[in-house]
Amino acid sequence: MRAAVIVFPGSNCDRDLAVALERSTGKPPVMVWHGDSELPDVDFIGIPGGFSYGDYLRCGAIAANSPIMRAVKQKAEAGVAVLGVCNGFQVLVETGLLPGALLRNASLKFACRDVRLSVESSDSVFTRRYNAGDVLTIPVAHHDGNYFIDDDGLKRLEDNGQVAFRYVEDTNPNGSLGNIAGVFDAKRRVLGLMPHPERVTEALVGGTDGKALFDSLVESL
Amino acid sequence: MKARIHVTLKNGVLDPQGKAIETALHGLGFGEAGNVRQGKVIELDLKGVADKAAAEARVKEMCAKLLANPVIEDYSVELAG
Repeated sequence: MRAAVIVFPGSNCDRDLAVALERSTGKPPVMVWHGDSELPDVDFIGIPGGFSYGDYLRCGAIAANSPIMRAVKQKAEAGVAVLGVCNGFQVLVETGLLPGALLRNASLKFACRDVRLSVESSDSVFTRRYNAGDVLTIPVAHHDGNYFIDDDGLKRLEDNGQVAFRYVEDTNPNGSLGNIAGVFDAKRRVLGLMPHPERVTEALVGGTDGKALFDSLVESL
Repeated sequence: MKARIHVTLKNGVLDPQGKAIETALHGLGFGEAGNVRQGKVIELDLKGVADKAAAEARVKEMCAKLLANPVIEDYSVELAG
């Protein structure tokens, strides 16, 4: 699997994502700067967490309109798998590659803690190494993770099985609708989630519940 | 010509910041304040544009592409000058 990680001004989980990818793929991903307009020939693109462009206007809105995102959109439409974590999820909803929007946390507080996540589907390139119903412990760290979509959109997500992960055991940190923590696009080739699987790929730094996501990608791509 | 754009959350979209402002207003004795909603105002100059209808169409395009997120926000445009 050949992987790329996009780096925006203000990204701060790009290195974590690169390390997690390398741990599963055995080789470092290509790091691509936001001002570039072309991507190398890759099977997977990761959009990391952070505070791209200082969260100005709306989280992810400026990054979604940067030159590299036009290329990411083209690759996604051609079937390349795309993962957005935290700010990366915000960027993907702002580009329209994923449905819905991410609002300010209902508590108005920055949430930085472990949450419990249920895997809603193992039928994707991202989750095939999990079983539906598995419950994972993965950290969140965000101020704007309150997933919102209108009633029709929510029905479409549920009917098509596009909810990838949900907060369970009363650990919803942000008030998101239906306890939604992560969603797929209709083809399940694009995934966005607020929790940080890349931070739990090594027992030494707190857990390994996120590792299977990267191993799933290697197995699939 | 100058444009002023008001961006507000759609009805039905939770506004936790508006709620916090409302609670603070009540705490200050303004018990009559209700349904507080926070939005944003964006001002910009339109260079070399004289036709109002054309200007409005351009600013609406800016709103649709960047300034507002149609999933959660409404916008209105005022033009002057």
